[in-house]
Parts: sequence; structure tokens; C-alpha cells
Amino acid sequence: MSVARAPSQERSGWARLTVSFDQGTAIRSAVIAAFLAVALFAVPLTGGEWIKTFTSVAIYSVVAAGLGILYGRAGMISLGQVALLELGVWIGARLAYATAIPFPLLLILTGLITGAIGVLIGLPALRLSGLHLALITLMFAGAVNVVLSATNFPNGGGGFLGHIAAGDLSALNPVRRPEIAVGDTAYYRYVVVACAVMFGLGLLHVAGKPGRAWASIRESEPAALAAGVNITLYKLWAFGLAAFMTGVAGCLLAAHGGFPTVYGFATQDSLTVLATALIGGIFSFWGAVVAGVFNQLLPFIVKDQWGVNNNFLIVIFGAGLLWSLLTAPAGFVQLPGDLKRLGRFIRQKLKGPTAPEGAR
Amino acid sequence: MIEVENLTVRFGGVTPIDGVTVAFPGGTCGLIGPNGAGKTTFFNVLSGFVSPAAGTIRAFGENLLGMADYRRARWGLRRTFQTEQAIEHLSVFDNVALIHEHSRGKRTSRRRDVLEAMSFVGLDAPPREKVGGLGQRDRRLVEIARAVVGRPRLVLLDEPAAGLPDEETEHLAKVIQRIPEHFGALVILVDHDMSLVSACCGTTAVLDFGKLIASGPTAEVLRNEHVIRAYLGTEDEL
Repeated sequence: MSVARAPSQERSGWARLTVSFDQGTAIRSAVIAAFLAVALFAVPLTGGEWIKTFTSVAIYSVVAAGLGILYGRAGMISLGQVALLELGVWIGARLAYATAIPFPLLLILTGLITGAIGVLIGLPALRLSGLHLALITLMFAGAVNVVLSATNFPNGGGGFLGHIAAGDLSALNPVRRPEIAVGDTAYYRYVVVACAVMFGLGLLHVAGKPGRAWASIRESEPAALAAGVNITLYKLWAFGLAAFMTGVAGCLLAAHGGFPTVYGFATQDSLTVLATALIGGIFSFWGAVVAGVFNQLLPFIVKDQWGVNNNFLIVIFGAGLLWSLLTAPAGFVQLPGDLKRLGRFIRQKLKGPTAPEGAR
Repeated sequence: MIEVENLTVRFGGVTPIDGVTVAFPGGTCGLIGPNGAGKTTFFNVLSGFVSPAAGTIRAFGENLLGMADYRRARWGLRRTFQTEQAIEHLSVFDNVALIHEHSRGKRTSRRRDVLEAMSFVGLDAPPREKVGGLGQRDRRLVEIARAVVGRPRLVLLDEPAAGLPDEETEHLAKVIQRIPEHFGALVILVDHDMSLVSACCGTTAVLDFGKLIASGPTAEVLRNEHVIRAYLGTEDEL
């Protein structure tokens, strides 16, 4: 996995630096460990349909994290991420039926193939940006959907497409899960660990040389060029990494449902994922987790628990997007800090009129 | 030694640089001229943002124009911009480290080199502070630190003192003066502040409407009547 090599070599020096400069690292690690402990041990207590939903939450948070790298870090918009997820599902399912390779290898292979496709989609980004890039990637998403509607997903059939449309469908096996994680709860834990690895991969990139290069490209391309940043390489790298992560997520999703269908993916889902990623916080990996919750858990609660038509969530997301874009560019994750500031402001106001310090 | 020969740049019908032949011998060299004289365009040619219509540039014997734009930084070219371009979302350390990791600087000495560049320019902001939270003076110093880190050969400073109060310009002048001996780089300084130019630059070249009108020792150049006329304007120009 050549993608991960540069930052991990970077790390020895980098780790020393962070340790010597930043005591916050310890706190941050503790928070991450606590979060993972809750995700691995407390969440499974919910059981049943809930645990399946939380599996989807984890998977979609990786898709949102990929978007965070593309848009939040490198400043390139893509409305084709759910199509990449769909491709990841197709590739993962195809490889799972065709081979007997171990599941981790299946994940990596699916990621690499999807990553290569992501680099291809990234090529227009070398010339286009903003609205034009958004349109091109959205068209790509539409095209993927059209093709997959015609070919359908592999379900254990023969040939390249691997799809059986007629005959004894009840005899078909679902996309296989790893042997150590066949049950829903075990598979949920497996997915959480795999997603945590994907987040770690993203984090290593962002904290290292690629992250600095992306930040400079986002700030100003001429200045990045003057700094010696190979803009072509790092833009394609961002697309490749986001697609790799999304492809791995797709493979996890294929084994999650077992029998993927094209109905699980709509072209406009890419828009919803971007909207929730912006609401959750496009600059933060925590924001990606929040995005996964918004994208998968909210519809489940509204539709399956309350029995309400979940189309109205679009309105909620729209309002949330408006809130985020107008007042909270860092999204949901800046809310705690904002509330703390508000509390301080109110307390000072209550204390008396002469309290100018610290309100900001 | 930077040797520019017969350099011409055309944008449509405009010729911002018109057959300029000039040499920058070493140390800190000034490049001055009224607004629109072609100074920034000249920097853009050196950086690779603009391809000249004609001419050659040899930098320490190497053909600079034959190098891909992003490779020039690795070769040792640095520049600052008129509007400062430090990256707001990155920390001070990361801003300087970004340049170092695309330069000739050794990875093993990165941390030391970055901190040294920061102390060289007299920057006392904490390394982990985001540049977005810094004041104008510190941002300028971050930019200068970016320009000197990672063994530079040629440092282009485009109006580094613009918008700074006098006492900070003095500090900047001291920093710029020490770049050539400390890092062994040639510095080309563009600025409208003549006290900064005369304090820093041994030699100075003057552009006016894309043409070289004077070059040589700074004190002589600033007394040159063509230069005075170009700056102050005379009847026949109006």
C-alpha cells in the first residue's frame, strides 16, 4: 500500500515533535480510546436492527471522512462519492464471490481498485474546480447508476457480471463475511475496527506531508507552486485516498447487507452525504462520525422507530446546512466551543455592564 | 550570480518586460521601479508562473527557464508575495516545514532547520500557533522564515515591508541583510521603501515600463537622473 508509506516514515520525527510541543495529544488519545470503547462494547448492547444501523453509520462515516479529505483539506468538491461507494460494493461483491482470499485482503484490494478509479475521476480536477467539478462528478455518479441499474450487482452468478436474474434465487448465498465475524454484532465490531483503521490512515495523511501540501493548495495554488508542491500529484493523491477509503467502505457494505441492490444508492445520495458532512464538520474526523450518524441513524429512527416518512429529513438537512454554512463553517463539532463562548458571554453580561474582557 | 539576457514578456498587446538584460551579482540586490514597471512580472518569470516570449535566465550557471515550476523550489528558489501567502489553517511550524519538505533540506534535520529559521527571523510566536491567529508582523516573519528554510539559493522578496510600521521595517531590514551570509543565498528585494532598499542592497537595478533604465551600486543608482525622473515624473512624461 504505497499510499500509506510516506506519512508513516514521516511519523517518527513527527511523533517526537507532537510529544514535545503538545500536551493535548494525550487527552486526544484518551478521548479516542474512550470513544472506541463505547463503540465496541456499549453500542452492541442495543442489538437487533439497531446494531445493523450502527454498522451503516460506521461505513458512511468513512465515506464522509473521504469527502472531508477532498473538500475540507484539499479544497476539491466531489458529488460522486456515493457512486464510488456503489462501485466499491460491486467490486467487493465480485471479488468475494470470485475468490477465497481472506477478508482483510479483500478490503485492501477493493480499496486499491476503487482508488485507481478515483484517481481517474480526479483528472478533471486538475483543470476544473468549484461548480464545474461538482457537475462533472455528479454526472459520473449518474452514469455509474445507469450502468449498475443495467448490470445489477453480483449475487453469485457466473461471467464477468456475476449476476443471476432468473432461476432458483433462494439458493443464492449472500456476500461472505469474515469467518471471525459472521453474526451481526461480531460483524459490527469488525466494521468499527476497519473503519477506525481508515480514519487512522486519513489522520496520518492529514498530519503529515500530504496534509500540509493539501492545505497549501487549498489556500492558494500559485503559493503552493512557489513552495514546490507538485499540485498534480497531491490533487490526484487526495482523490485516490478518498476513493480508497470509500472503496473499503463499499466492500464492508457489500458484506453487511449481503445482497446489494441498486435501490440502495441514488445519485442524489451523494448530495445528502456532502450536506451531512458539512453539517457534521468537514474539517474534522469527528465531523465525519457525526455525518454518519445523521446519514444513517436519523432515517432509521424516524422511519423504522417512529414510522414517519423520512423524506422530511431532507428539509432538516437543508436547515442544518443553512445553519452550518452561515454560522458554523466547522459544523457540528464547533458547537461545544460555541456554546462555551456563549455561556461565558451570558455570565459576563449578568455580572454587570463592565466586562469587556474575555467575551470573545 | 543571476544573468538575465534579452528577456521579453508579452501579454497580448502589452509588453510588461521588454528586452531586459541585467545581472544580479550576489548578496542582496534591489529591484525597484514605479508601479507597473514589470518587477512582479519578472518574479513571476523566475517562479515559472509566466513563460517569457524571448530571453534566457542563467542562475548560478543553470538554465532556470528549463526547470518545471514546482521543481524550482527544490532547486532552491524561494519567493514571498505582495499579499502575504502563509497558510492560515496550518501552524507556524507546519507552514515552514511545508517548504522544508519540498526543498533540498534533509529530512533528519527538519525540526532543527525549521526552528532555526524561525529564530533567525526573530519570530517568537509559539510553533503550534495557527498562522490565522497571528498579527501582520508575525505573518510577514513566517513568510521570511519560509523563504530561508531548506538551503535556498535564490530568495525573491516582493515588497516584504508593505504595510509594516517603521520600527518593524527596521527589524526586517536587519533580517534581510543577514540572509546572504547566513544561508549563502542571493536575495532580490523589490520594495518601494527606499530606506529599506539602500539599507539592504549593495546593487540595485531599476525598471521602468518594462525596460532597464539603470543598474549598479545602490547609492549611484539612486542619484541617477533617469531614475529620479522615472520616480518623480517630469513634464515630458505628462
